[in-house]
Amino acid sequence: MSLIEARKLTKVYSLGDVDVRALDGISATIEKGEFVAIMGQSGSGKSTFMNVLGCLDTPTEGNYLLDGIDTGGLSRDALAEIRNKKLGFVFQGFNLLSRTSALENVELPMLYNGFPAHQRQENARKALKSVGLEGREGHHPNQLSGGQQQRVAIARALVNDAPIILADEPTGNLDTKTSFEIMELFVKLNKESSMTVILVTHEQEIAAFSNRIIRFSDGHIISDEQVKK
Amino acid sequence: MINIPSTFKISFRALRVNKMRSALTMLGIIIGVGAVIAMVAIGTGASRKISEQMASMGSNLLIVLPGATTAGGVRMGAGTQSTLTLGDAEAIQKECPAVSDVAPTLNGTAQIITGHLNWSTGVIGTTPSYLVVRNWDLTDGRSFTVQDVKSAAKVCLLGQIVVDNLFGEQNPVGQTIRIMNVPFTVVGVLSPKGQDARGHDQDDVVIVPVTTAQKKLFGTQFPGMVRIITVKAKSAADLADAEKQITELLKQRHRIGQKQDNDFTVRNLTEMMAAREESSKVMTLLLAAIASVSLLVGGIGIMNIMLVSVTERTREIGIRMAIGAKTWDIRLQFLIEALTLSLIGGIIGIIAGVSTSVVLSNLSGWPTVVSPVSIFLAFGFSGFIGIFFGFYPAYKASLLNPIDALRYE
Repeated sequence: MSLIEARKLTKVYSLGDVDVRALDGISATIEKGEFVAIMGQSGSGKSTFMNVLGCLDTPTEGNYLLDGIDTGGLSRDALAEIRNKKLGFVFQGFNLLSRTSALENVELPMLYNGFPAHQRQENARKALKSVGLEGREGHHPNQLSGGQQQRVAIARALVNDAPIILADEPTGNLDTKTSFEIMELFVKLNKESSMTVILVTHEQEIAAFSNRIIRFSDGHIISDEQVKK
Repeated sequence: MINIPSTFKISFRALRVNKMRSALTMLGIIIGVGAVIAMVAIGTGASRKISEQMASMGSNLLIVLPGATTAGGVRMGAGTQSTLTLGDAEAIQKECPAVSDVAPTLNGTAQIITGHLNWSTGVIGTTPSYLVVRNWDLTDGRSFTVQDVKSAAKVCLLGQIVVDNLFGEQNPVGQTIRIMNVPFTVVGVLSPKGQDARGHDQDDVVIVPVTTAQKKLFGTQFPGMVRIITVKAKSAADLADAEKQITELLKQRHRIGQKQDNDFTVRNLTEMMAAREESSKVMTLLLAAIASVSLLVGGIGIMNIMLVSVTERTREIGIRMAIGAKTWDIRLQFLIEALTLSLIGGIIGIIAGVSTSVVLSNLSGWPTVVSPVSIFLAFGFSGFIGIFFGFYPAYKASLLNPIDALRYE
């Protein structure tokens, strides 16, 4: 059983009279511990694919099995629980809560998971330490650099011990040096904690950090190959 | 799983971020709750005052007034039509089975002198049953007797105000006072009663036997004349019967034919006061209803602000959903925010309402009664408003699509 199994996923958006097939029969499997980069031009469907994998969006047709569970028939709350326990999100725009300290941002997923307050704090501190932000717990997002904000977001994705990290252009708003630092962090998480990392990017040099590259074009997978190192 | 304490923390933070906005939103609830409490306090105060006056007036009372009635109303000119006599009073007592006590009165104003002090006050000439009818006790001495009435004895009972003005701390029982230069012996002191329905002080009075008043003090156009006859019915249920019996009896005694107007009027005092009490209760309700409208407007203000807040924080809602907030996590967050606004507003409103009532009764002398029930109700109602008007925005927030919410700019 694969960790992630997509079966003929189709996603159709209606824009007025025109139907846009963002995903057109995508089938793919991703095993536990893989580090996959998804590449493609904008509009190729890679972000839609990512949203479906993240249980943020539902496919028009096809099945998405996560850990052997078909997500198709699940309620909003059941999907929310999957997102909380199995998935960690890292976004291009960081998506941290403003006016909220780094520590509290990292605590958030545990807030919806019934952790007691002291446990939340302890876990959040550990997670921040693991991404190298020890001592910045009290800083608000606007007091942190882009790279630091992205690290807070990664800590937030890690804190619930979710087995999968979904990163949608995580380096899109960062300079090259910082981008590489963030990518090193993903590599480390993938190797040392054997986390499954799925990354959307359109930069070849970012994708090069991964072990497998899936290329999208017009809602189809046009190539799927292992990265030779 | 929903984490209530943390949700409260999130809500408080969100409210603190927009201090001015939160304060103005609360102001609506503060004014609403304050107005309800103050209005109910004023209304309840008025009702209670009327109830107290009813109690001090005596229960189950009818009064028989002299004077012709016209189609429109009653002419009250004192002595213009002097048609009631002591005989009428005695006849009512004897022949009307629904009546328990009868007190004829003849009153006037007189200057009262004792030693070097003097005082102008109302003098009521009546019979001993007056005290029964008016439910009036003595604090000292004794009442005068039926014998005193028969012999037109020069004895009197003093009201508390008169005692204070003429005797101070001294015991007046056994002392002599002069009413219009006629010497009277004080035999008793009346217990204090306070103001009557018209705001007249009932303790500023001297009571003497009715015959003495007729012969020695005020004189009358014809022997035995009295101003008013106050009648106590056996029970509240007997009031209507008593009214009928008295009317029939007096018609006979005054030889009034079928088509002639009565030369007297029987009025049901208790009923009149009950009607006043009823109308003051209706007024309380009306005031509360008007005040509730402002509470409602305050509630709509909360809803308005919560809707704005949901829209402003669409992205935050998206983030929360992406990391695992469930439908009720989001709903509770906004509900608790609305509830916090309305409950804090409610508490401040209660303080404002209570202090307004206190200030009003101190400044204008209106009696106000702040009942715990109205405080409890106002607080409960403001909580209800928070939940009621907070629910729609919270519901709207919880139904957002996570993807759309995350992309919201």
